Amino acid sequence: MAFFDSSPATGAGSSLKGRPRWGERIIEKVIFLNGVFAIIVLLGVLFILLRQGLPALVETPIHEFLFGTKWYPVSEPPTFGIASFFVSTLWVAGISTLLAVPVGVGAAIYLAEVAPKKVADVVKLLVELLSGFPSVVMGFIGLVLLSPWVRELFNLNTGLTGLTAGIMLSMMSLPIIVSVSEDALRAVPDEFKQAAYGLGSTRWEVIWHVSVPSALSGISAAVMLGVGRAIGETMTVLMVAGGALAMPVSPVDPMTPMTAGIASGIGNAVQGGPQYQALFAIGLILFVMTLFVNLIAARVLEVQKRKFTRE
Amino acid sequence: MNNMPKVAKTFNRQYTENDRKRGSLGMKNVNLFYGSFQAVKEITLDIHTCSITAIIGPSGCGKSSMLRIFNRMNDLIPSARIEGKVEFGGIDIYEPGVDVVELRKRIGMVFQKPNPFPMSIYDNVAFGPRRHGIRNRFALDEIVEKSLMQAALWDEVKDKMGQSGLSISGGQQQRLCIARVLAVEPEVILMDEPCSALDPIATLKIEDLMSTLASNYTIVIVTHNMQQAARVSDMTAFLMVDDDHAGRLVEYGETAEIFTNPNNKKTEDYITGRFG
Repeated sequence: MAFFDSSPATGAGSSLKGRPRWGERIIEKVIFLNGVFAIIVLLGVLFILLRQGLPALVETPIHEFLFGTKWYPVSEPPTFGIASFFVSTLWVAGISTLLAVPVGVGAAIYLAEVAPKKVADVVKLLVELLSGFPSVVMGFIGLVLLSPWVRELFNLNTGLTGLTAGIMLSMMSLPIIVSVSEDALRAVPDEFKQAAYGLGSTRWEVIWHVSVPSALSGISAAVMLGVGRAIGETMTVLMVAGGALAMPVSPVDPMTPMTAGIASGIGNAVQGGPQYQALFAIGLILFVMTLFVNLIAARVLEVQKRKFTRE
Repeated sequence: MNNMPKVAKTFNRQYTENDRKRGSLGMKNVNLFYGSFQAVKEITLDIHTCSITAIIGPSGCGKSSMLRIFNRMNDLIPSARIEGKVEFGGIDIYEPGVDVVELRKRIGMVFQKPNPFPMSIYDNVAFGPRRHGIRNRFALDEIVEKSLMQAALWDEVKDKMGQSGLSISGGQQQRLCIARVLAVEPEVILMDEPCSALDPIATLKIEDLMSTLASNYTIVIVTHNMQQAARVSDMTAFLMVDDDHAGRLVEYGETAEIFTNPNNKKTEDYITGRFG
């Protein structure tokens, strides 16, 4: 019982004082710097976008920039109206979402609620593999396999259309929709399902009236993330969307979504020139769009988490 | 025998005409396996209608497994397999062709942890009737009110029917779950340790409720709490495991008899607190 024997003056108190623990302090600092670095990168990107893009929005008033249909970057004077880019993005992302959501959510329900565990594991692995495909490969597949088929089916001059891009994008946003929705469905507590079965519900009723409503916010977040993917994807749409600058009126028109517009234009633009700045302004608008979509997704996921915590 | 729990009432209910119309429930030589593990071994008993039967026994003796045999909840576990005969209303419920959905409608279940759905109080109670095809708003209103009244919850929640079922207290949630079962108008209510997550006052409320319900419903309750079994039940079944870890029925009889004059030495040891 040395602790009780020693008087406070001779060090029993000091034995409770912590050693400096340098290792821990260094690790803390390193992790802190990592966090700060991520924020600096984000702010840096935003800063460059604003610095390069804002002048274009001053030169061309923002409503003319957004709603103008004429994109003549090398005319004298140049006109910068991105409406056709914007509408193309809406078409392509819309088609992609329309195709990917029912398939993706359906697959997630199958994986989480119906499939035997072994099957679910294999299918999930394959779906995740799909998300690992480089977008240039998806673009190539679209170019070689899908576009001839689209051309034949709709009797067009070219198979490179918004629809073609939308279909390829739907395959690319599928994995995230399946994976996030499945997680949301699996997070529904088993007690809810047991209660529903105990009340004499069929399996379909349990899925439709308990699992899906309980996971709805997670599923919505999955859809949002899928939309974000479809808006932001570049290489595939650059390769298969057709690249026409005219305002698209039907989904089987060749189009240039915003991302493809930037990618195809940036090579010819004079650095710091008006076209260069206009392309950055498109980037800024894309950034705001995806940020908005992701914020909604994050908010919705937050709601999902709170739903199952009881006071 | 001094430290035996006090028995609050004796088994003195008379069978009425109404009772006889309702289905009788019982099992004969029932074995339950999870994979190669035997959870329940050679159990035979008949449940008395319109009374409360308590299943007691030490942890892991197969009480819950046995309870879930009655409404085939074990079907949800892929490795579960059952042998023997389980009869409800003269039908072997494990026969092929038995409609499990209909069975679970007639044999409702209340779970250990209160588990209201993450939806409004109203929608929780209306869930069962809606699944079984009742769409009329007035009919639903009536069922919801009646069920909540039966569950002694109406006065506490009548002004907040639109609030989430998860927003009320644990005891209220459990009564909501009972109301949700009552809304389906079952004949039997299975309760799997319904008070284990509740405080003593909420527990007493549920026990009072059970006693009231027993005049119209057959109730089978699994409980850890011997005082509870002694307080509320008419019949008691005592389960225990042997060396092979399979639950066996050691003794089954009137609660008053089991708690004051058990036939089996093991029962006596258990209820006097010598083990378990």
